[in-house]
Amino acid sequence: MIIVDNISKSFGDTDILFDINAKFTEGQVNLIIGASGHGKSVLTKCIVGLHEVNKGSILYDGRDFTAMNRRERIEIRKEIGMLFQGSALFDSMTVEENVMFPLKMFTDMSYEERLERANFCLQRVDIIDKNDLFPAECSGGMQKRIAIARAIAMNPKYLFCDEPNSGLDPKTSIRIDNLIREITYEYNITTVVITHDMNSVMEIGDHIIFINEGKKWWEGDRKEIISTDNEEVVKFVYASQFMQNLRDKLIN
Amino acid sequence: MLKSVFRRPEKFRVFRQMFFSEVDSIVISSIPLVGFLSIFMGGVISLQTAANMGSPLLPEYTIGYITRSSTILEFSPTIISLILAGKVGSNIASEIGTMRVTEQIDALEIMGVNSIGYLMLPKILATTMFLPFVVIISMVLCLVGGWIAGVQSGLYSTHTYLIGIRAFWYEDAWYVYYALVKTVVFGFLITSIACYYGYYTKGGSLEVGRSSTKAVVAGSVAILLANYVITQLLLV
Repeated sequence: MIIVDNISKSFGDTDILFDINAKFTEGQVNLIIGASGHGKSVLTKCIVGLHEVNKGSILYDGRDFTAMNRRERIEIRKEIGMLFQGSALFDSMTVEENVMFPLKMFTDMSYEERLERANFCLQRVDIIDKNDLFPAECSGGMQKRIAIARAIAMNPKYLFCDEPNSGLDPKTSIRIDNLIREITYEYNITTVVITHDMNSVMEIGDHIIFINEGKKWWEGDRKEIISTDNEEVVKFVYASQFMQNLRDKLIN
Repeated sequence: MLKSVFRRPEKFRVFRQMFFSEVDSIVISSIPLVGFLSIFMGGVISLQTAANMGSPLLPEYTIGYITRSSTILEFSPTIISLILAGKVGSNIASEIGTMRVTEQIDALEIMGVNSIGYLMLPKILATTMFLPFVVIISMVLCLVGGWIAGVQSGLYSTHTYLIGIRAFWYEDAWYVYYALVKTVVFGFLITSIACYYGYYTKGGSLEVGRSSTKAVVAGSVAILLANYVITQLLLV
């Protein structure tokens, strides 16, 4: 479980996050939604320690991440897997080397053991016989799946996904969403997903936080988001006429 | 940043692999270019020296002597380093800059890898340790170039050129030491400046190009300043 306790973040004189509190439970897909430029990515980067918070604390299963020194943070980071918006696969490495990289850096596994684990993770995300390709030779959806394989290689306790569906077609997006959900349930991971994609919200949102203007505006699950009367959430989620009509049908 | 660069690597085996890979991509791959430049520059230095030796009071072996001194003191350590600041500096800055803008560096950090040390230390050490060997190769090829040019054009004989090359060697031998000290400093400057500009790239592909240009300009300026300081300290 990850607890975000009253964190604030500013860059110079610009305040980005204001007193955010949240609880992300294990075995659940936790979504952070909100419009672009309202602080979702900054919040996530604060949680994983890529940005330092100005105030508040972040607790990973009771361990105060914000109070830790560099060495202690590395231990927590070994328990974190992250899927980046652009996949962030290492271009100079093959698919197989990308997945084996964290194992090579942080375990004493032999090459054969690392390869076996990498193949297991790649098979888990339906990537078969592509070990020797370079990321540039793979499609966007395939890159995301390889990035998921790399993220789960170390058996993480916490999985962060930054807009996992951006730039993907609806069918591939659903595939990625399902994969994230299955992995979360299968390994009882605390998963945090940043998304704008309303399909993802409806498909996999076990717990949803809506961030608006750097503040936590709303919290609930995918059933509650349909019926909420929170004006900002409704404006965001049901931005199109089609979605508004759909909402009316669902409520009625 | 330097403190993070020289922090103990997470896995020595990985560091060793990266180090030899950088020796290959930065140093070994530069040898053909350095060799080509050195042979032709050596030829030009000796031909120009011969063309400007109008006085009958100057012995002919002066051509070899001046070629040797120019090569060891300035051409091989400084000019070759300036050329490598362009080739290697832009390569490193754009490689690390691209990793920054495509979040690959963030991915390393999230995994718990000291990204500064992982990316920079092998490059800095490989260049600092092996650039002197490239410069020694350059010195030799430069002198060979001077010999080929002079003998081919009939301006001087092999014997005269070799006398010039060996003239006052006991007094001037330490110029090689001076040149290698300079090269070690230049190697460090080229890579650390390029790594810095690459690592702190912000934005997109346009900024990667800008970082690359800044790395080359700053690296070249730093080499010239360091050259002046080291010469003042060691030669004057």
